[in-house]
Amino acid sequence: MTIALARLGIRVPDVSYRAYRVWQRNRDVYLRLWKAEAIWPLAEPLITLLALGLGLGELITETELPGNQRYIEFIAPGILAVFPMWAAAGECGWGSFFRMENQRTYHAIIATPVSIEDVITGEVLWGATRGLISSVYIVAVSAAFGLLDSPMVLLAFPIAYVSGFMFASISLSYTSVARSISSLNYFFALFITPQFWLGGVFFPLERLPEELQAAAWFVPATHVVDIYRGLVQGQLNLSHLGDLAWIGVVAAVFYYLALISMRRRLIQ
Amino acid sequence: MAEIIRARNLVKRFDGFTAVDGIDLSVRRGECFGLLGPNGAGKTTTVRMISCVSPVTEGELVVDGTDVRREPRRIKSILGVVPQEDNLDPDLSVRQNLAVYARYFDMPRELANQRIDESLALFQLVEKQNEPIWALSTGLKRRLTIVRGLINQPKILVLDEPTTGLDPQARHLVWQKLRYLREQGVTMLLCTHYMEEAAHLCDRLVIMHQGRILVEGSPAELVEQYAGREVAEVHASGPQRERILAEMASQPGLTVEEVEDILYIYARTHDGRAQMADLILDSERVAYRQANLEDVFLRLTGRGLVE
Repeated sequence: MTIALARLGIRVPDVSYRAYRVWQRNRDVYLRLWKAEAIWPLAEPLITLLALGLGLGELITETELPGNQRYIEFIAPGILAVFPMWAAAGECGWGSFFRMENQRTYHAIIATPVSIEDVITGEVLWGATRGLISSVYIVAVSAAFGLLDSPMVLLAFPIAYVSGFMFASISLSYTSVARSISSLNYFFALFITPQFWLGGVFFPLERLPEELQAAAWFVPATHVVDIYRGLVQGQLNLSHLGDLAWIGVVAAVFYYLALISMRRRLIQ
Repeated sequence: MAEIIRARNLVKRFDGFTAVDGIDLSVRRGECFGLLGPNGAGKTTTVRMISCVSPVTEGELVVDGTDVRREPRRIKSILGVVPQEDNLDPDLSVRQNLAVYARYFDMPRELANQRIDESLALFQLVEKQNEPIWALSTGLKRRLTIVRGLINQPKILVLDEPTTGLDPQARHLVWQKLRYLREQGVTMLLCTHYMEEAAHLCDRLVIMHQGRILVEGSPAELVEQYAGREVAEVHASGPQRERILAEMASQPGLTVEEVEDILYIYARTHDGRAQMADLILDSERVAYRQANLEDVFLRLTGRGLVE
């Protein structure tokens, strides 16, 4: 099978359990630095809920939002989607680039029985973990605001991991072709930031012109936001399975791209 | 079988540029084998192919009985790699760096801890074990990188320019540790452009230039064969220089190499010194010394700057 694929020019990625060793390495570094690392994922959602949820939210009347929600209730599930997106994408963007080019960590690791595909897989799993950690902080902050009452909110954690895997994979596949750390700015400015503001977190997507609504459907964050809205309101339905499938497909495609593109970059 | 690395007609090409151009190598178990050459000679590329991090373009390359293309993970598990660049984990402590690295080899934690204790003691790093990497000097980082390369008790230790950038004390300490390892029977593959380093450490070596192997032998053999016994470095210019060069032609035992304003005169015979003295009596400045690997290297690869 492997040989047959090789004849077609398709390489079966050499992924093994050793990806976990890479994840462990990242975890060990994180645990040494976690006090410094904890402030962003805690401060950002807190400030956003205060400024937009309470500050701006008082200016918005409830009848304009679906289900007569308060504005802070409306944005809470969205925030649960997009800050972990930043955490996962940032980890596999700036974080991975720095490890690869400045610290030469990948080069050190692939001199051992760990393959480059193990390294990439470990990095993506770790990026997803950063998304998960961020979502834990946000659930805690939102709960403190009294915004979460459905027990279904516990499902937020596996969803955070899966969507974190997707954002980490997308980010790492961009990193694999980035020439310098500043060229990552394009990715974050043109891909991540628009999802943050236009992914249906801060206003219902129906407010956008129809063409933009159609475009928004292709944006990964939109589907994550959709699922969280269902979760927080305690109303999940079949369309959410569709969202999840969409996330799974995008995650698989970009994970595979990251694998082959990183091998091309690093194994010469 | 005594042979642990074998290369036959090994080639590495990058987009039309040939970095390694059909070399043959044979490294024996337990020896320190040197790859010498100027920057860009193909030493690092060769070592990267042996370490299974760079695919072979053509030819045969067998490490410990296994083709590098077949089982890279197995080969990597018996190698210890000490790279030219510093790629320690800067945020982790000395000890954590070693523990994390041991995990890549699936080493059980207790065994890893025991080996870490032993090697920190051997390399005089015990007091530094809880320091972060950024607090270490260049020399200490090098020593730690070597300790890291030894953590899996490799059959072959691959060292790429292990003392580049070190001050003389730190360099001699590293050499002392490497000689100790050689006595312990660790096979070593050493890339260097320091001739003194190769002379200190290598049992056998090859000199590489532009992707090819020029010569192979022990340091003493190569010096004897290519540089002779004694060298006179003569600072001479103008008519004096002309006269020396003219008289050289009639002296069978001597050869000369011209570099900028210096003449290097090589003597092959025992009475070389007297022979040379006759020639250069009235020269401004002359220094006699024993021929060394550097002479071999420079005679073979040319004195011009190789970039």
